[in-house]
Parts: sequence; C-alpha cells; structure tokens
Amino acid sequence: MGITQILFWLLSVMALFSALMVVTNKNPVYSVLWLILAFFAISGHFLMLNAQFLFIVNIIVYAGAIMVLFLFVIMLINLNKEMEPRKNIWIKFAGAVAGGCLLLVLVAALRNSELKGQVAQVKEGNIGLIKNLGMELFSTYVVPFEISSILFISAMVGAVVIGKKE
Amino acid sequence: MYLLAVDWYYILEKFLLIGLVVTLSMVVAMYATYAERKVAAFLQDRIGPNRAGIFGLLQPLADGGKLFFKEEIIPLVSSKFLFILGPCLAMITALLTSAVIPWSTSLHLFGKDIPLQVADINIGILFIFGVVSMGVYGIMIGGWASNNKFSLLAAIRGASQMVSYELPMGLALIAVLMVVGDLRMSVIVNNQLEHGWHIIYQPLGFLIFFVCALAECNRTPFDLPEAENELNFGYHQEYSSMKLGLYLFAEYINMFISGVVMSTLYFGGYDIPFVNEATWGINQNLLAIIGFVVLMTKALVFVFVFIWIRWTIPRFRFDQLMKLGWRTLIPLALVNMVATAAVILWLKK
Repeated sequence: MGITQILFWLLSVMALFSALMVVTNKNPVYSVLWLILAFFAISGHFLMLNAQFLFIVNIIVYAGAIMVLFLFVIMLINLNKEMEPRKNIWIKFAGAVAGGCLLLVLVAALRNSELKGQVAQVKEGNIGLIKNLGMELFSTYVVPFEISSILFISAMVGAVVIGKKE
Repeated sequence: MYLLAVDWYYILEKFLLIGLVVTLSMVVAMYATYAERKVAAFLQDRIGPNRAGIFGLLQPLADGGKLFFKEEIIPLVSSKFLFILGPCLAMITALLTSAVIPWSTSLHLFGKDIPLQVADINIGILFIFGVVSMGVYGIMIGGWASNNKFSLLAAIRGASQMVSYELPMGLALIAVLMVVGDLRMSVIVNNQLEHGWHIIYQPLGFLIFFVCALAECNRTPFDLPEAENELNFGYHQEYSSMKLGLYLFAEYINMFISGVVMSTLYFGGYDIPFVNEATWGINQNLLAIIGFVVLMTKALVFVFVFIWIRWTIPRFRFDQLMKLGWRTLIPLALVNMVATAAVILWLKK
C-alpha cells in the first residue's frame, strides 16, 4: 500500500465521519465546525487528483468565507438544545419516507453504472492546474462562465435591495 | 533511505527547516512585543522596560513566564473544548503561512542544494490566502465559546472586519499576479530579480495591500476586535494566562509574517537593491545567508512601521472601517486591476 492509498483512505474516512457528525450533532455550532472539517477532507481529495486550484479555492471560498457566514448566523441567533422546537412524530415519519425515496432513486440510477473501470486516477491529469483550468474556463466554457457570474451579480443586487432599510 | 517510497532524508530536511522557521517566527514575535514597548516609550518620551537584563532585553521572557504562571480560568458554562481550540487555531494559522515563503537562495550542504523554502507549491500565494481566511475561526470560536455577549459581539466584529478586508487584498494581489504570470512564490521573487521590484509597477496595489494587512493583523487603526477602553476588550475577554498569551502572540507572528509577505511580493524578497549579487562570485552559502539577512531587514522595517502607526494614529470607528473597506479600497483595487490589465495588454501588442 503506497502513501497515496493511505492518504486516500484517511481522507475518505475523515470526510464520511465528519459528514455524519454534521447531521447527527445536536448543537448547530458543532455541526458547522464538522462541516468545515468535511470540506477540508474533500479539498484533500482534490489535491490527490492533482487539482491544486480547486483544492485552495474550496478552502478559501467554502471553508473560509461561506462557513464564516453560517457561523455568524448561528452564533447570533444562539440556537441550542433547549430552544430546539420539538418535532411531531409524523414529521419524523415523513422525513424517513422521503429519505428512503431518495435512496431508492439513487440505487435505481446507479444500478447499471459500470464502476470497475472508473477508479479515480490519483496523481495524474493536469486539468485541475490553474493555467489549464483558466484556459478552459475562458475559451471553451466562456458563455456558461459569464452567465453564472451574471447570476451571482443579480443575487447580490437582490440581497442589497432586500437588506436596504427604507 | 527509502521506506514507503518516500525519501526520508528529504522529510528530515524539511522538518529541520520547518522547525527553524517556526522558531524564528516565535523569537521575532517575542522581541516584537519588546520592540512595541520600547518604540511606544520612545514616541511618548519615556524610557520603557529597562529592569530585566541589559536594556530590558529579558523582558519578553519575564512576560512569558508571568503568563505561564498565572491562574487559568475557564468559564463554567462555556464549551471547554472550543474554548481551548480557539487560541490554538489562532496560533496554528499564524505559523502556517510561513510554509511557502522563499527565505533565501538555496544553500549547498553535504553535496546537494537545499532550498530555503519549505514548499514551493504552484498555488503559493493562494495558499497564504487560504490560511489567512482560516484565521477568522480562531477569533470566532474563541469569542463564541467564552459564552459572553461582549466576547461574541467582538468576535463577530473582528471576523467581519477580516472577511471584508480580504477582498481588496485579493484584488490588489491579482494585479501582481498579472504582472508575474505565475502563483509560485519563487517565480514572483525571480521576476523581481530580473525586472525590478513590483513596488515600481504596483504602488497603488502595495498601498491597498498594506492597509489590508494592517486590518488583517488587527493592528491600529483597525484594532477594533481588541478595543479595550471603549468596546470592553475583545474576543479574548474571558481568556487568562497563556491562552490570552497565545492570542496576543499570534498577532505579533501575523505582523512579522505579513511583513515578510509584503517584502516578498513588492520589495524583491531576498534581493539586495541596486546591485547584482550573482556577479560577486562569492560562496553560495554566504550569498544565501546575506539574502536571508536582507529579507529579514525588510520584514523588520515593516514590523517597525506597524508599531509606529499604532502609536501615532487613533482608532477608526466601526462604520468608518467598513466604509473604507467597501467603498474606497475595493473600487480602488478594481481600478488598479483593470488599469494593470490594460497596460499589460497594450504592451504585449
């Protein structure tokens, strides 16, 4: 077992465990912190796939900026165990059914997919490097790229309009 | 010595280098606290600390010893793990940034070249950015875990300040990256060795970067997270003994590292100004040491400027701080970026 394989297993276990902890934790602040850890594990996987740019952008944008905003909101409204609304048993039941349906769809969709030839190629490929990624984004995919940035701007303008006090 | 297909000598070399860099950051930060008090004393026409050792040189050790032996109080209802994690995170993120900085040209020892840089990764400067954006968590977790409304407010104040000033910092940096065309720290330095320092090409960019660095390090005039007299101290209000020490110490390490980063990005890194040291024909090791001393000098000048500003300029109000960040620095940085891009495009045609 090479060092890449050891790292792969470590990162996978870390990602899955922290993702589980996000869902099962009672305290929302801890959930956010576990989610940050999950992002780090996923970033580590990007690094293993030789996609350094995605690795660092995932950390800067998701772990560094978006999760800070999550923490802001959760810390300010001070959610904790005592204030958690008590859920109706029927809502729990409905949640379980909905989750089961999702599982069913996923199993049905992935049933026929060929998994054998699709092992992730670790340490190979260079599309994730910043130069190649930039070239692709600004030549082949320039239209979707620009459209998505316009979408962001419209979301930002919308947030400013809503947030503005009249 | 190969085990698990890893060159262990290489790992040993890197570990030594990491140890040296961490020790260096600690020692500089220690004496930066001393320098802060001495410079403050000088600017206020006092003598400053002069009891411990000659010129009070042992003062940082005495301060550290005092912090270690003070009683440690952890608030009863706070979450204990996060309360301890906060200062640890602040310290870790402060030290991590030094990993990608090229400290000098490579040494030649035991028959092989040893680069004086822990990791020359091809996302170099973005790595620094990533770690800096992690630094917010030390403040936020510490403030929240204290279970004190004032700490929480101060933590949120500090975090929003850091997040806001990361934006113009990044925009100012993009202009430098456009000039260089690479994100590696070593390439950024080499480009300046060939074409002159970036401060010549990017004076406005440097100014923006410097202001943002002040804000990121929570230094005056942007030290609202720790405004003790009017805002009831900061996110570390509930902290005592060495945990408080770690928070304060992390600030000095950040100051030193940001001085090093600014020297590397805009002032040629380990380059000696006005001479071409490669033509001197002296020993490679000696050259590396001279380069290191030059970089340290530049960084320490920045540390001095930081201290000088602290004892000269009063603090901003929070709305002024936000206005400066969002309405002045970001548009300025955007203009700077577009202008740089236009000039580069015009020159290449």
